[in-house]
Amino acid sequence: MPGVSLRNIWKRFGTTEVLKGISLDLEEGEFVVLVGPSGCGKSTLLNIVAGLETLSEGDVLIGDRVVNDVPPKDRNIAMVFQSYSLYPTKTVRKNITFGMEIRRVEKAHQDAALRSVSELLHIDPYLERKPGQLSGGQRQRVAMARALVRDPDVFLFDEPLSNLDAKLRIEMRTEIKKLHKRLEKSIIYVTHDQIEAMTLASRIAVMDAGHIRQFAPPEEIYESPADLFVASFIGSPPMNIVRGRVEQDDGIRITVENDGGPAIRFPVPEKFAAGASAYLGKDVDLGLRPETVTAEGGQTGSDLFAFDRPIELVEPTGPDTMLVFGLGGQEVIARVRPEDARPAGQQFRFVANMAKAKLFDPETGRRI
Amino acid sequence: MSGRTDDIVRPKGARQAVLRVLLFVILGLFAAYYLLPLFVMVSTSLKTLEEIRTGTLVSLPGTVTFEPWAKAWSAACVGVKCEGLKPYFWNSVLIAVPGVAISTFLGALAGYALTKWRFRGADVIFGLMLFGAFIPFQVILLPMARTLGLLGLAGTIPGLILVHVVYGLAFTTLFFRNFAVGVSDSIVQAAKIDGAGFFSIFFRILVPMAVPTFGVTVIWQFTQIWNDFLFGVAFTSSDSNPVTVALNNVVATSTGVKEYNVDMAAAILAGLPTLLVYVIAGRYFVRGLAAGAVKG
Amino acid sequence: MSASDGRGGAPGLGRRLEAWLPQIVVSPIFALSFFFVYCFIGWTIYISFTKSRMLPVYELAGLLQYERLWATPRWYVALENLFVFGGLFIVGCLVIGLVLAILLDQRIRAEGVLRTIYLYPMALSFIVTGTAWKWILNPGLGIERVAHGLGFENFKFDWLINPDMAIYTIVIAGIWQSSGYVMALFLAGLRSVDDEIIKAAAIDGAGPLRTYAGIVLPMLGPVFLSAIIILTHLAVKSFDLVIALTGGGPGYATDLPATFMYAYAFQRSELGMAAASAVMMLATIMAIMVPYLYSELRGGNR
Repeated sequence: MPGVSLRNIWKRFGTTEVLKGISLDLEEGEFVVLVGPSGCGKSTLLNIVAGLETLSEGDVLIGDRVVNDVPPKDRNIAMVFQSYSLYPTKTVRKNITFGMEIRRVEKAHQDAALRSVSELLHIDPYLERKPGQLSGGQRQRVAMARALVRDPDVFLFDEPLSNLDAKLRIEMRTEIKKLHKRLEKSIIYVTHDQIEAMTLASRIAVMDAGHIRQFAPPEEIYESPADLFVASFIGSPPMNIVRGRVEQDDGIRITVENDGGPAIRFPVPEKFAAGASAYLGKDVDLGLRPETVTAEGGQTGSDLFAFDRPIELVEPTGPDTMLVFGLGGQEVIARVRPEDARPAGQQFRFVANMAKAKLFDPETGRRI
Repeated sequence: MSGRTDDIVRPKGARQAVLRVLLFVILGLFAAYYLLPLFVMVSTSLKTLEEIRTGTLVSLPGTVTFEPWAKAWSAACVGVKCEGLKPYFWNSVLIAVPGVAISTFLGALAGYALTKWRFRGADVIFGLMLFGAFIPFQVILLPMARTLGLLGLAGTIPGLILVHVVYGLAFTTLFFRNFAVGVSDSIVQAAKIDGAGFFSIFFRILVPMAVPTFGVTVIWQFTQIWNDFLFGVAFTSSDSNPVTVALNNVVATSTGVKEYNVDMAAAILAGLPTLLVYVIAGRYFVRGLAAGAVKG
Repeated sequence: MSASDGRGGAPGLGRRLEAWLPQIVVSPIFALSFFFVYCFIGWTIYISFTKSRMLPVYELAGLLQYERLWATPRWYVALENLFVFGGLFIVGCLVIGLVLAILLDQRIRAEGVLRTIYLYPMALSFIVTGTAWKWILNPGLGIERVAHGLGFENFKFDWLINPDMAIYTIVIAGIWQSSGYVMALFLAGLRSVDDEIIKAAAIDGAGPLRTYAGIVLPMLGPVFLSAIIILTHLAVKSFDLVIALTGGGPGYATDLPATFMYAYAFQRSELGMAAASAVMMLATIMAIMVPYLYSELRGGNR
């Protein structure tokens, strides 16, 4: 049934390679988010699935059918664009029914479909208006209605929320998630916003420079990033990465040197010991998410490790306060409760939860 | 890179291929239609009169002769004088160069002052000036003829320069106003804080930024002035005629045998400067045309 | 040229001068424009209400010249020609310009070259192209001879000297000269349409024809308006082309208001009637341009 399969997709413009062998399987009803920095090829990939761009090599399958040469209209897909791309000279009603008119859908059927989507998305009050007379959020709803009314096998979303203001964006995000629950259709959704990706996706494909770095459920992407790129792209504030040397000294430790202060020797917990011991005497990158570096008493666990560093900067965010300090020549962020925070300049006792630390090979970037 | 629409997967097949061929055929036919007069002009100008009489319009010259060109340049009769187009060609140069320079400079100053030093009434002044670009010039022919007479400029080259400057101002001001509107006010403000005055901001900041606009304006004005016929025929006498008027007289001169090859050579000579400008700086030319469409 | 010049002597004088500099610079330029446009228009309007013939007289004579104008058969010929020429010229340029723009919009490799070819007539003087067309349309040696050469012995093409058909030769040359310009306007309009809208139409299943007719062209409303205004303006002002191609003849069969005015002003010394006809032309242009300019400038300020 209609999942989507991408098999070794390449896309070249002249000598530039935009996609370098992408393979991805999307099960029916899945919500897959393609996320990555601008220029990583995610929009090109979406356009290839839609048939809006041709591919240089590989196969796109929708269901069991290879659709490489099938025009967009025959792929049974619907798409919501970043700029909404509503037809400016047509009313909202005509915008929604235009595709059905072309497909010669019966009038009675058209009306019924129009009624059901406009109720679902609450756009009936402005069916007779032109897009120019609508607010951004309303246009967004119309664009979604136009896609919904097709009743396609697959929905494609190309950064649909990036033109909305922050509040509306969160609102529409929830709305899209609800719609997906209700329709149970496959969705491919492109965004550069990692929070959108985390909240919406059943699986996330993190893309960079024409490759998929990791394709996994959001929790796994967050907890077990495949490499340094994924680790630093997902999460806000991003994961702290410091370089240290692996040494054998009362168990395996990672020694991080500091200017103007003693080196700190992070103990490597039992479960990483085997992997880390292969790097004895070599450098590794130690990744610590800000919420795993707190004040004393800020977290519990068996692999807590305390160390002292002077606070450089204090950034209150409300629920938490970020303490910025130097470690191994890097700026590192710790997330503490506001009442634990101290002014900048003071020495502070930080606690790192080493069970949640990640180790990366500095050369390949892969996780150890 | 993903903002392209030509890469959309379209149905393939014989029908598409036929359409594609048809597209090129139609475009090619139109290209032939536009090129035909130019081709006829060039080929006729290289034929002997004998060949014109025996051959047809579209036949290529059997023996190429440059005689008609030489004659058109220096011996063809304009009315009763038979000195060719040469003196009139130089008249046009003498009219166009100062005409373009003065109207461009004044338009640049006016466009700058009206947008970057917005004083009360600036918009009204601009609106009134702009309107001047769209009047049918017939409405000013009679008073202009009298005014030039009163100034002692009737039938002279400086008189025609004055006419072109005055009626070119509307366009040059429009071009520079459109440019200056796009320049951030904060740049001018920053310069004022640095102590720059009206003229130093103009010469040291605006002018260097406006090079493309100068290009558009100069090309527009040059084309307008060089190609003008109405003012030339109304306000100059035989010695000060611009080349367009002289060309028309060459063609209309009916003494003796009609020398079509000389006519065509003369037409090409008269059209050559603007054609060259178009070929060399077509991009600016098109931008001028677009701005002439009053995009505010 | 800076404000500090006034620091030594009279303090403030320099600065006050500086503050007025923009106005001081603009006023002579504006005065020039104002005098040569508005005062001259005023003078022409005034003369059209006098008895002026050879020389201007300043005694008002009411609508005399307008009555004479509208009693002149030649004026009616000029007006009728303007309608025939203007109508065909505008429609012809719009159709050809639009078709060419759409065809060129198909992202073809030779686009740059073709665009240059379609547009070059705009760079040429009407006198130059008129001379060429006059030769091409020459009854004996032009197209007629080509057709004879191809075996069409009875082909006759004498529009240039046929009073009923001569005006159409001006239409042919006019469209040839200006349709490329309209093409450029439309092409720019087509290129400004958001690519995503075309993609949305592709997903909705609209073929190329449907995409243009149903979606893209309705979005080009403002371009149509600009093009029609510009073409109307060109048509009303047409003078050079007529002079070069037919000289207004045969007889006055191809007179347009512009050539009519010129003939009455400079050849027949009927200043009053010439002024009256010029005023009629001005009124026509103003009726079209003023609302257009007004809305354009308003739109620009918004």
